[in-house]
Amino acid sequence: MNWGSLSEFLAMGGYGLYVWGSYGVVLVLMVAEPLLARHRYRQALGQVGQSIEQGD
Amino acid sequence: MSRSIRLFTFAAPSRFFALSGFLLPWLWLAAIGFALAGLYMGFFVAPTDATQGDSYRIIFVHVPAAWMSMVLYLVMAGWAVFGWAANARLASMVARALAPTGAMFTFLALWTGALWGKPTWGTWWVWDARLTSELILLFLYLGYMALVESIDDVRRADHAGALLALVGAINVPIIYFSVKWWNTLHQGATISMTAAPKMAATMLNAMLLMTIAFWAYSFAVVFMRTRAIVLERERQAQWVIDLAAREAKEVK
Repeated sequence: MNWGSLSEFLAMGGYGLYVWGSYGVVLVLMVAEPLLARHRYRQALGQVGQSIEQGD
Repeated sequence: MSRSIRLFTFAAPSRFFALSGFLLPWLWLAAIGFALAGLYMGFFVAPTDATQGDSYRIIFVHVPAAWMSMVLYLVMAGWAVFGWAANARLASMVARALAPTGAMFTFLALWTGALWGKPTWGTWWVWDARLTSELILLFLYLGYMALVESIDDVRRADHAGALLALVGAINVPIIYFSVKWWNTLHQGATISMTAAPKMAATMLNAMLLMTIAFWAYSFAVVFMRTRAIVLERERQAQWVIDLAAREAKEVK
């Protein structure tokens, strides 16, 4: 175990800004991308459904 | 004649659809599981580095992201060219689905590299060979995406994109060997095929766990996007119409 307390963990030995700035952006993008892909999938599925209802 | 061709061409995307649908939950499980294991190892097991302090912990996302950015480009170019040469539509769709994920990992490699460079080199950015060639990789991804979206005829767009992806592939070995060919501020390869790893075993293991997680993530998100592209392009196919009807029933 490297950290005595939560604040020590967050401080990252004085490099907190750099470490959490890296991990934060990685997390945001790697959560956003699958959500966008799911949105696109559902939209495409909905459009197929619409064209069935219109009878073409 | 037309019937047999249609059966043949639609068979591949529909089979891909079934297989990827089965694999997706397992891929997400693997991505999250390996990421949690890698983060635990990287933050709680791996010790503080003697020279770089805790800033080195950026390596656990920086190196896997940089690897994925290069691997995904080669995979994208490979499928794009195969889709062009063999007239395989699904391959071209996979190539398109790979581009945003590759671009995202390229951006993350640059972003985490800047945040690592500031405390260790004293600068966010230098125009050295490794950083500059990685930036060019980002432009190649964005150029590929812009090109295929700007041509209305999808197959012509696929072909043009394949040509761009193929020519741009020369950049990947340049990135990889840049730290050998030129004097760069960037350090040499972290993992070498021919020499024993220079880093502590726990650090290496954390990085490899994160790499497996990023691989699983890439498969999962690229499958999701390919499925969307298949629906967008094959909406006239009977199996797509049947699928949409089934899904609509489940929602109701």
